[in-house]
Amino acid sequence: MAAEINIREFLGESEEIIDSLNRDLLALDQSVRHGKGKTDPALINNIFRAAHSLKGISGLFGFAEMTRLSHTLETLLDRLRMGKIQLGLRVLDLLFEAVEMLRQIVVRKGEGQTGEIPRLDDLLHRLEHVDVQGAESEADLFRRVGIGPEILSVLTEYEEHRLSENLREGVGLYQLRASFSLSTFDEDLGQLQQAAKKLGEIITTLPSADASSDEQITFILLLGTDRPREQVREALADRLVEVKELRAGTAPAAPEAKAEPEVEPAEPAEPAEPVVETGLEGSLRSISQTVRVDIGKLDNLMNIVGELVLFKNIIAQLIERLKAEAGFSELMIELFKANRALERKLSELQQGVLEVRMVPIGQVFDKLSRNLRKLSRELGKEVEFVTEGGQTELDKLIIEDLADPLMHVIRNSLDHGIEIKAERIQLGKPERGLIRLRAFQRGNHVVIEIQDDGAGLDYARIKKKAAQMGLADVSAELKPEELNELLFLPGFSTAEKVSEISGRGVGLDVVKSNISALSGAIDLLSSPGEGTTVSITLPITLAIIQALIIEAGTETFAIPLNAVQESLVVSPDEIQTIEGREVIELRERTLPLLRLARFFGLRPRPRTPEEEEYATDELFVVKVGIAEKRLGLVVDKMRGRQDIVIKSVGEALKGIRGIAGATELGSQKTILVLDVVDLMEEAASSLFRAAEVTGASGV
Amino acid sequence: MSQHCILLAEDSATTRAFLVATLEEIDDFEIIEASSGFEALKLLPRRKYSLIITDINMPDINGLELINFVKNNLQYSSIPLIVVTTEGAERDREKGLALGADAYLVKPVNPAELQDLVKKYLGE
Repeated sequence: MAAEINIREFLGESEEIIDSLNRDLLALDQSVRHGKGKTDPALINNIFRAAHSLKGISGLFGFAEMTRLSHTLETLLDRLRMGKIQLGLRVLDLLFEAVEMLRQIVVRKGEGQTGEIPRLDDLLHRLEHVDVQGAESEADLFRRVGIGPEILSVLTEYEEHRLSENLREGVGLYQLRASFSLSTFDEDLGQLQQAAKKLGEIITTLPSADASSDEQITFILLLGTDRPREQVREALADRLVEVKELRAGTAPAAPEAKAEPEVEPAEPAEPAEPVVETGLEGSLRSISQTVRVDIGKLDNLMNIVGELVLFKNIIAQLIERLKAEAGFSELMIELFKANRALERKLSELQQGVLEVRMVPIGQVFDKLSRNLRKLSRELGKEVEFVTEGGQTELDKLIIEDLADPLMHVIRNSLDHGIEIKAERIQLGKPERGLIRLRAFQRGNHVVIEIQDDGAGLDYARIKKKAAQMGLADVSAELKPEELNELLFLPGFSTAEKVSEISGRGVGLDVVKSNISALSGAIDLLSSPGEGTTVSITLPITLAIIQALIIEAGTETFAIPLNAVQESLVVSPDEIQTIEGREVIELRERTLPLLRLARFFGLRPRPRTPEEEEYATDELFVVKVGIAEKRLGLVVDKMRGRQDIVIKSVGEALKGIRGIAGATELGSQKTILVLDVVDLMEEAASSLFRAAEVTGASGV
Repeated sequence: MSQHCILLAEDSATTRAFLVATLEEIDDFEIIEASSGFEALKLLPRRKYSLIITDINMPDINGLELINFVKNNLQYSSIPLIVVTTEGAERDREKGLALGADAYLVKPVNPAELQDLVKKYLGE
């Protein structure tokens, strides 16, 4: 029976629940550490509900370990939310550990692994034996207050608990009664809930059966609030709400209870005015409008769109040929128009499919902050982790491959960058280190910055180490960029002793090759004593890109347009040779050149008689740049821009540097797509420099 | 083709999929799915339902409140209602039955049990 439902559905939902569990736990962690002992009950309840859902779905599939673990977790959370156990850092650690274990189980299920899960029993035992602090006796406080049986009978156990908690805290309790038209009640109720939420906690929302008619529906809300009576009435005055005070607040208005951000640490400040369109979002998040789709299906769609783009290109070429042969007939013009319309719709379709693949990078940020928390504890370094721009979107496939390289960089920051507490105090820095992760869009790229306020790079040591490894000349004056390059060489590490955290034999070179595989670039900026910033620049998507089609020697190539900055015409006498490299001066900056035909060892391209006639000595240069790097590619001919779908090249071409993949042009001809990042590196390498010197004289 | 239309309120998509698959094994019912009590409330007047199946712990409007609304409303009170409760939550279950739920099931739901109940109420 259960097998009928795809296990993918299970994996997808579990993953989502576990992600949200982690998010909520982190928020809880924050509020326990910095909130003055007050935690948001809604947060704990969310976590409880998540564990509960996990138990439900794992039960469906008969995944016993997972059911046991989520059940035990749920029991613990239930005791927490009912106030039977105090929430402390020790309990939080246990919760984090349990969620991590759940994640591992899901991963194992996903990979089809069976067999016993290590350390599960130990964890279960510890979850079951969290000590009870301050036993709780559920009092029947609310009968005294005069809440009728019609309300009491529909409160779940949890809501009852919230009610008694509110009464215990001595806040005021109000019963709100409002009738709405059946056709608009969802919006109206949403607005009322938003307004009421600002005052305090909505304990329950009850659709009243007796007072509802065919056209109207009546809701009763229970609201606990520490605001003065007048303020409550005023806030709800224009909403046609009948406000009944069940009990006046007795607690002195505590100053911290008034400061909203502290009471609800998990929620950002709400806008002052409820907005009609978004009125529902806050309160009714679970009315889900989303569909979960296997990324494979999207890839398939993308391929089809890619092929459509090819056909579009073929049609465009056929029209050009027709035009040349038959001239402008009326039919011709109509064909032309129809094709334009097709082009427009196709580009909308393409855009649409691309957008579907986009996911916010915040997903990765969440995973990272979880790992960082663990790591900072292992290293005994206190660090604040700040993320910005989590809503920045990237292709799902890129996001998938981003977590590991980012984690590596963050690990480095924490391990090598951030100093130990004592040292920081001595240096007059804040005791807690800071690691800031920031993502933002810049044109067709997304930039991710990892910034720390640690010690910065020790260039003297880097140079010494490089000399030891025979990678650099000690006497040579190396610019910071060149020193940075050293860090990315395979096997490079300056750590005096290999630490458990970052010294796992995996260096920055691996990070770099991971990022390069995504057509991205990585840059370092460091100032001694102030910290290091690593920025990673990535294309938004890898699927369909615009490209500049050029010819070099006997071959045609595509250059991804997102890397192209401008094209230039250069006369040979503008070219200078510096240290055996051809460069030109462009707006007071030196632009190194790379002759593509020579780089790939191609024969010169035979000129057509027409071209022979107009031949000049001038060279076409395409200036490309990613992040801070620039390079001028010398090409023979520019053919214009086109949308291309990058396919991977076969085994035969895999070893060739400077090639990112292959693509088909409309003419059914397969051409190669240049890997700009790779080319820039090749051009900079000393090896190639030498080759340039030996053959550096004219075309 | 079955004439019966069933309203299913449950906030976990996977559990919903499971329940739907279980129900569809009996007959090709029209099953209207709600992912919260609130959504169920909105969907109630849209169709003539032969059966309502609801979870208890849902955000916003919980299952008990839904039962209360249905059973106190002349338009809907005669629709049989099955409440799906969690193992261990006896209080919630008792309240559900007190509010007029016709039957209850305990999670994880046993498919045969659900099918028997549905057949009983729909006379299939």
